[in-house]
Formats: sequence, structure tokens, C-alpha cells
Amino acid sequence: MTSDVPALAALRRSPVAARRLLVFTCFLVTAVTLTPIVMMVLVAFQSDTESMAARPSLWPGSWHPENIGRAFDLVPLGRYLLNTIIFAGGTALLETATAALAAYAFARLRFRGRGVLFGVYLTTLMIPSQVTLIPQFILVAKMHGVDTWPGMILPHAFTALGVFLLRQFFLGVPRDYEEAARLDGANRWQTFIRIIIPLAVPAIATLAVFKFISQWNNLLWPLVISNSDSTRTAAVGLQVFQSTNGTQWNLLLMAAAITTVPLIVLFFLTQRWFVKGITMSGLGGR
Amino acid sequence: MAAPTRTAATAAPRRTPRGPLRGRRSRRHGSETLAAWLFLLPSLAGFLVFTAGPVIAAGVISLLDWNLFSPPRFIGLDNFARLGPDDTFWSALGNTAYFTFVSVPLTLLVSLGLALLLNQGLRRMAVFRSLLLLPYATITVAVAFVWVWLYIPHDGLINAVLGGFGIDGPAWLISDDWAMPALIVMSVWKSFGFGMVIFLAGLQAIPQQLYEAAKVDGASPWRTFREVTLPLLSPSVFFTVVTSIIGSFQVFDQALVMTDGGPGTSTTTLVMYIYRTGFENYEQGYAAAQSMVLFAFIVVITAAQFLFQRRLVHYDL
Repeated sequence: MTSDVPALAALRRSPVAARRLLVFTCFLVTAVTLTPIVMMVLVAFQSDTESMAARPSLWPGSWHPENIGRAFDLVPLGRYLLNTIIFAGGTALLETATAALAAYAFARLRFRGRGVLFGVYLTTLMIPSQVTLIPQFILVAKMHGVDTWPGMILPHAFTALGVFLLRQFFLGVPRDYEEAARLDGANRWQTFIRIIIPLAVPAIATLAVFKFISQWNNLLWPLVISNSDSTRTAAVGLQVFQSTNGTQWNLLLMAAAITTVPLIVLFFLTQRWFVKGITMSGLGGR
Repeated sequence: MAAPTRTAATAAPRRTPRGPLRGRRSRRHGSETLAAWLFLLPSLAGFLVFTAGPVIAAGVISLLDWNLFSPPRFIGLDNFARLGPDDTFWSALGNTAYFTFVSVPLTLLVSLGLALLLNQGLRRMAVFRSLLLLPYATITVAVAFVWVWLYIPHDGLINAVLGGFGIDGPAWLISDDWAMPALIVMSVWKSFGFGMVIFLAGLQAIPQQLYEAAKVDGASPWRTFREVTLPLLSPSVFFTVVTSIIGSFQVFDQALVMTDGGPGTSTTTLVMYIYRTGFENYEQGYAAAQSMVLFAFIVVITAAQFLFQRRLVHYDL
């Protein structure tokens, strides 16, 4: 597709044909891209025999909406979804709150060691989470945090990325606003809460959504730290589902679809922020 | 950290400005330092406990023989020496490198191609962009199941489509040679959206005048792409390359679900091997040693990229 660029530009000389070709290409690419997701939903509604037939069919011969209930009966999917919301929501909230505070200090307050400390924060962006996996597990285990919410949430709620993103944004907020508030007698906490935070809502929401989606997707940490249904997340639950139900494709894919749908809905609702968040982190790389 | 907090806390009530300007300013400075540390405290505490501490601990644990249940025993560099003759480790390292050096360029090409396509001034660009971003917003574990279904050897959808073109598709996930390419295709599908959005933002930031100037000079579209678009997009490309390489080195979810590391060890990745060693065989010390090697690779590769960056990435017009 990349080598198409000159061709596309050449086609621009005959605008109508070019436009049609462009739109057609977009449709084609989008259709191919969405095929797996559409298939997931279609197979989820097939009958047991149809979904396990040697030759899989694309369109369900008959629709079986009761598969939704059956998936919920086989494993506690509802519980898993709730757990995922607590896990992803908890880490997102905590990370956003602590990152906003730290970012304010880095962006707006002068103190000795600021440059060095920020440098240290930045360096840790490079540390893969697998390096800390084992010590974090041992730490949480020693504190009797295995299979508890603090044990699940806390180790993943403090990252340099959030601090970095919000600092970039806070640097862009005009200082005059703050100065004006301070002249009116507001202290630093009040300027932070009443001036900076309201102005930074888009950036903060971006970070929260970003974190929520990545934690919804997180498999490794919950797999290691949760060992019962009380904290098991959807990603881990699906793993369990797979091992207990083998290749019962319709129910497996129904369960997969059920755990994906909330994320896709959230994604569409917060799309603007999400895209902005990715873009912002892109700029962060500069 | 405790010391400045305590002194400044007692100083806090005296903060009301009075006296000559100079004294006022220095006192204000002290209260600023206190405020800064207070604002930093929650993040810094969590960071020290859950990131900095564990990183150091990982180094220490890699020197231990420890199964979590009996007391740890110091064994020096034995865990690292064990890596030498461990075939599975080298195969996992090779697989991870294979995955990274094929999937990253592919993802990059697909992302860039789609970003260029969507940047051609389409009216419904936002709709296509949202739809193309969907794979990125799905759960890897969940969509991995669909891909297993698509890859079913004889009658799976992918081989059925290939058959339509007269191609006899391989057995994908159960083939030594094709399991990794199959994982790569799935991973490119899952992650191209991220790069696409970054490239779109980068493309839209390129001043239109530059294209007009190139047009006036009679530059061919290919030359315009090479000499205007690509250099100006290089910071976005650099960022995407760095983050996707780091991400690829950590590939785990799709391999666990789709192949469980097999057939044989042909898709066992480094992270999967670390997970197995630490949490299935309970050899925490050995697993930590492996993660230190992974860490070293990531640091070396990232550093190399930053060196390259000086030559290839243009930050100014």
C-alpha cells in the first residue's frame, strides 16, 4: 500500500476516478480489517453443531441468542467483567490522580533536584514490566496481597508515562491564570484544584481512558496475582474458559465477544480523547 | 524526603508575606520546595515501592536460588551461567528477535500506508479511522481466539480464501515454520492502529506550503514523499519504532492463547519462558536472570536507536 502514494497522487489529476478508487480502497481495507471482529460475533451466535463442523460456515444457519446466557452459565463472566472494571478503573483513577499531582510539581514548582528526578522518571519508561514482574509478585505476596484488590491495583498504578504526559500539558497552561489566582489569595493546592485541573480535563481524561484500555487488556499481571474468581479479570477468565471448554467455538467466541463489547463501546464514546491521547504520546516522543 | 517535609511543615504557618522583599522571596522558595515534595509524594512513594525497588530487587533475585517456599540461597552468577546451555532460552530469544524484526517493520508499513491513504482528504476520514482503530481497542486474549478459528488448517477462513486463489494454505498454528508468521500477522492486525493515529497526526502537522513549493518545483510525487513527507514525519516514525520494538520484545498474550509456545518451542517467547520459569517451575532466581537479559537487550536496542536518531530524525524544517 505504501508504494501506492505516487499512484494516488497521479490519480488525483482525474479527480472523480481517483476519489472513487480511494474510497473503494478504504472500504476494502476496512472490510478486511474488521473481518475477524465480525466473524467473532457471527460464530458466537451459531449452534453447537454448526460451529464445530469440519467446514466452518460464515453466516449462522440459525441464530442462537441463548448462547449469551450459556456463556454466562459456564463461567462467571459477569463477575469477571465487574472485576475488570474494578481493576482497570482502580489503576486508571489512582494513576491519573497521583500523576496529576506529580506533573504539577514538575511543571510548575521549583525545587532542588527537579531535573535529576524527572530524568529518573523518564528513564524508567524504558523498563519492561517483565523485569519488575517477579519482585512485584514477591513483594505483594509478602504483604499478603495475592488475590486482593490492593495487590492487583497498586503495583500498576504508578507509572512515569502519566507524569510525563500531564507535565507536557501543564507546561502549556498560561502562567497568568495561576498568578491571578495567587494574587487573589489562593494557595498552591487551590490553584491546582481550581485552575490547573479544570483546564487539564481533556488531558486527564485522555490518560485515564488510555490506562483503562491498556489495563483491560492486561493479561500477565492478573494471571500471576489473582487466583480465584473474586479478583479474576476477563482476560484471565477467558484463558480459564478456553482450558475448560476446549474448542466449543460458539461459546468461546461468545465469551470473547462479551468481554470485548464493553471496551469497544467505551472506545467509541471516548474516541476523541483516545485518539488525542495516542497523538499526545506520539508528540511526547519528540 | 522526610527532612524537608518536617522543617517546612513548621515553617508553613509563617508563610504570610512580610518583611523586606528579599526575605519574602526566599521564604516563598522554601514553601515552594515543601509544596513540590508534597505534590510529588504519592507518585514518588508508589514509584519507589513498585518500580525502583523491584528493579533493584530483580538484580538481587537473579543471584539467588529461590522457589518462594524455602529460604533463598545466594548462588552468585550461577543463574546466568545456566543460560548458556539452555536451548529453550536461546530458542525463546531467537523467536522474540524473529517476531520483533518482522512484525515491527510490517506494522510500520501498514500504519504508514493507511495513514497516507486516510490523509488524502477523504470526507469520511474519521469514520474509517475509527473503524480501522477497532482492533487496537480489543482485548488481545479475546481476539486471539478468533484468529485461532481463522487459522484452522484445512477449512479455516484464511485457507478457504487462499484456496480461492488456488493456493494450498499451510497448517498455520500447528506448523513449525508457519506458526510464528501466523502470530505476526495477528499482531500486526492488532497493533497497526496505534502507529496509524500517530502518523496521521504527524502528516496533518506538515505545513501545506511545503507541498505547494514542491509542486511548483515540479517534484514528482515519489520525490515529494521522500524529501518532504518522510523527513518531516521522522519524529513520529522514530517514536513508533522505539515503542513498538519495546512492545514486541514483551509479546506474550497472543502466543500463550494461540500456540502456547508450540509446536515444540517454535513460538515460545522470552516473556513466556520467564513466566513459565517463575510461575510454573517456581524458579524465581532463574526467571529473574532471564528478565535481566531481556532488560539488557531492550536497553541496548533502545540506546542504538537513540544514536541512529541523531542522523535520521529531523526535528526542524
